[in-house]
Amino acid sequence: MKSLKSALFGALLVVVAQAAQADEVVVYSARNEQLIKPLFDAYTKETGVQIKFVTDKEGPLMARLKAEGRNTPADIFMTVDAGNLWQAAREDLLKPVNSKVLAANIPEHLRDPGNEWFGLSVRARTVVYNRNKVKAGELGTYEDLANPKWKERLCLRTSKKVYNQSLIGMLMAEHGEPKAEQIVRGWVANLATDPFPDDTKAMEAVAAGLCDVTVVNTYYFGRLMEKKPNLPLAIFWPNQNLKDKTAGVHVNISGAGVTRHAKHEAAAIKLLEWLSSEKAQNLYADVNLEYPANPKVKADPVVTAWGSFKPNLINIAQAGALQAKAVMLMDRAGYK
Amino acid sequence: MIDAKKAPVPGAFFISKQVGSLGPVAVATLLALLTLIPVAVVASAMLHPDQTIWDHLWHHVLPELLVNTLWLALGVSIGVSVLGTGLAWLTAACEFPGRKFFSWALLLPLALPAYVTAFVWIGLLDFTGVLPTWLRESWGITQLPPIRSRGGVILVMILALYPYVYLTARAAFQGQGRRLLEAAQSLGISRRRAFFKIALPMARPGIVAGLSLALMETLADFGTVSVFNYNTFTTAIYQAWFSMFSLPAASQLATILICFVLALVTLEQLSRNGARYATSARGGGGARRIVLSGANALMATSAAGLVFLLAFVIPIGQLLAWTHNVMATDLDARYLDFAWHSLMLAGLGAVLVVSLALALAYAQRLRPTPAMQFSARLATIGYALPGAVLAVGFYIPVAGLDNLIIDAYRDSTGEEIGQILGGTLAVMLLAYCARFLAVGFGPVETGLARITRGMDEAAQVLGTTGLKRLFRVHLPMLRAPLLAATALAFVDIMKELPITLMTRPFGWDTLATRVFEMTSEGEWERAALPAVAICLVGLLPIFFLVKHSDART
Repeated sequence: MKSLKSALFGALLVVVAQAAQADEVVVYSARNEQLIKPLFDAYTKETGVQIKFVTDKEGPLMARLKAEGRNTPADIFMTVDAGNLWQAAREDLLKPVNSKVLAANIPEHLRDPGNEWFGLSVRARTVVYNRNKVKAGELGTYEDLANPKWKERLCLRTSKKVYNQSLIGMLMAEHGEPKAEQIVRGWVANLATDPFPDDTKAMEAVAAGLCDVTVVNTYYFGRLMEKKPNLPLAIFWPNQNLKDKTAGVHVNISGAGVTRHAKHEAAAIKLLEWLSSEKAQNLYADVNLEYPANPKVKADPVVTAWGSFKPNLINIAQAGALQAKAVMLMDRAGYK
Repeated sequence: MIDAKKAPVPGAFFISKQVGSLGPVAVATLLALLTLIPVAVVASAMLHPDQTIWDHLWHHVLPELLVNTLWLALGVSIGVSVLGTGLAWLTAACEFPGRKFFSWALLLPLALPAYVTAFVWIGLLDFTGVLPTWLRESWGITQLPPIRSRGGVILVMILALYPYVYLTARAAFQGQGRRLLEAAQSLGISRRRAFFKIALPMARPGIVAGLSLALMETLADFGTVSVFNYNTFTTAIYQAWFSMFSLPAASQLATILICFVLALVTLEQLSRNGARYATSARGGGGARRIVLSGANALMATSAAGLVFLLAFVIPIGQLLAWTHNVMATDLDARYLDFAWHSLMLAGLGAVLVVSLALALAYAQRLRPTPAMQFSARLATIGYALPGAVLAVGFYIPVAGLDNLIIDAYRDSTGEEIGQILGGTLAVMLLAYCARFLAVGFGPVETGLARITRGMDEAAQVLGTTGLKRLFRVHLPMLRAPLLAATALAFVDIMKELPITLMTRPFGWDTLATRVFEMTSEGEWERAALPAVAICLVGLLPIFFLVKHSDART
């Protein structure tokens, strides 16, 4: 009994205050453990630098950084979606990083104009359709999905997901708010069923014939087709005509920045530089079938087989800045 | 209405006078603060209102979510009460084929996270699911009621939450003297009438205790309603906070939710004020069960079987099938760590939650004043708050305290130290208490209320007072409710996510955080493995609980 007691007591104190150590970097990550751990393990093996990390949703992580203030143990904040990174920068949770390596590796439209955060992988949100029911020639742009010819033929994921909020943010940046709202209202009028909780379910509904077309992130398509290769689904790259008002496929990023009060700033920058390098970029992107942010690096063969596309080159920070307004717009338009 | 009569509390004056110390008041105040501080932290954001966002919510979001939340609360309340009470009566008071098995098996759905069950059911019954696809392709049936609907989310939540009522109602029925019913029947009252006139009213505190838990869990739920894309207060709070980055708007919504819960709690309190539900302890032992036969027995077995099938067998079957697919790649030695962390957190957390709940319930018994009752209610509303809101509200003052310590240390020594409180298990466990005190308090309070004042007075006459009376007289009689409370708190902590994610030390991943890692990018099949593991570990306390509570009757 006594030994049990002391064991329990010891366990309560298992995490004692630790002074900052030189050879480590602390990461708060909203990107999943299984997507980042292989990279961190590789980095530790190569450099001997230990990486400590916790995962959580981006909102709570930002609240945590804010509450911890200048005594936060975190050196790097890593998350998906430019909207979240933009918000972290606005709340003054990140600090500018002047790194030639990062500037050379990451294209300008995939990083913060103030260099507070950097995209590390690119996610394309594109159109997926049922090959048996739609000819690729019928498809054109995101805007076109509001056309009544798609009535009862469109499936969408919920507007709660940040990927859709960023997509609408892009449309707002290109068209202005009233026109963007009109487009979203058109989408809602064309819905064959209530919005789905995730991209995979929306694609399965397209494959089963409940609707003909949907909008998803490509890696969900890759994952689904890997499991069920016989589904009659195909990818279409919208807005490829550069004369379109919105030119290019909507892309978003997963990315990271150095925290305002990082204790291991130099080590944190080194880690970010390494993550943007050709060596790490493949591992970073391929593990989730995403596109590398570094243009010198080729995507996974599975991904390149989907064909190449022109991305929308609007700086993704813009979509982030419009996120709250995009949410309100979708509420008004009845997009649930 | 033999015991459930309204009566003034004899000896209340005597008792409160005798406990002159401030102990009970201090206990209640401290525990209420544990919840109230996080609530106040969140609510304080309202001081900087965000008019644009609030106007938007008012016009475009609130009307729908009010209607949605009310329907959900109403539907789930009725459903869990009927299902939980009915099944509890069958397994506690009747005899039918399979009773022994069902008496514990019906608790098993508790071990499954509700949002996982929801995902399984949508996978099976949505347009692309197995059943509708088969009906469509083989029989041409296309007009099926949609699972992703208000009815669907209510049904799934009933299946996930009825065990709360089942557990507390069952304890109440087990504590009742069956002789009372026999006496009633010998006076010519039919069995059915006796159930509705005697057994049911006497079990009311137990049923209400379970119902409150189910209702609070419903209001706080984010995972299940998200899978259904069904907008409620909680989804709106998350949306305002994490999508529109407006803490003030989220705080306004959360405050409305809290006021709603407090109003319900107060109503419930008023409605049973003065009523006492003590039963003679002697009546409970060795009672004969009502033996069902023929059609009645068949109906009882099928009802219990159907609920068990829908709430547990089918979801776990699907999870096991998925687990089978990913086991080879995903199952590794780390799962031992995950399971150990989950077990340890849930075990320590449950013991702490139930100890504090007992202290609170006992303090309230020693000083049964309205103020004490109200602070006990306040202390337990953490359970009705969306988890992430409570987690953030709890973490902000902890981090603030840490900053004070670190800054003071730096000022006096010039050296840097890391966080003292943040990232310790102690803080984690305390946060669990803020969230789950209600889970421990409900069963313990109802259990304590069943012990008559007369016994207290008898003990007092014999010179056993205060804490001594608690340990010598009350604790042995509270064995069943304490076990129930511990089991509930254990499985709830096992499944808990937002607090675990936010306060866990580096590297302290648990089975629940594994589920999160997989589901957050939509990999539900891979989430099945940790979900099944949660279920396996969660089985332990449930099994233990029923074995021990049944040994009594």
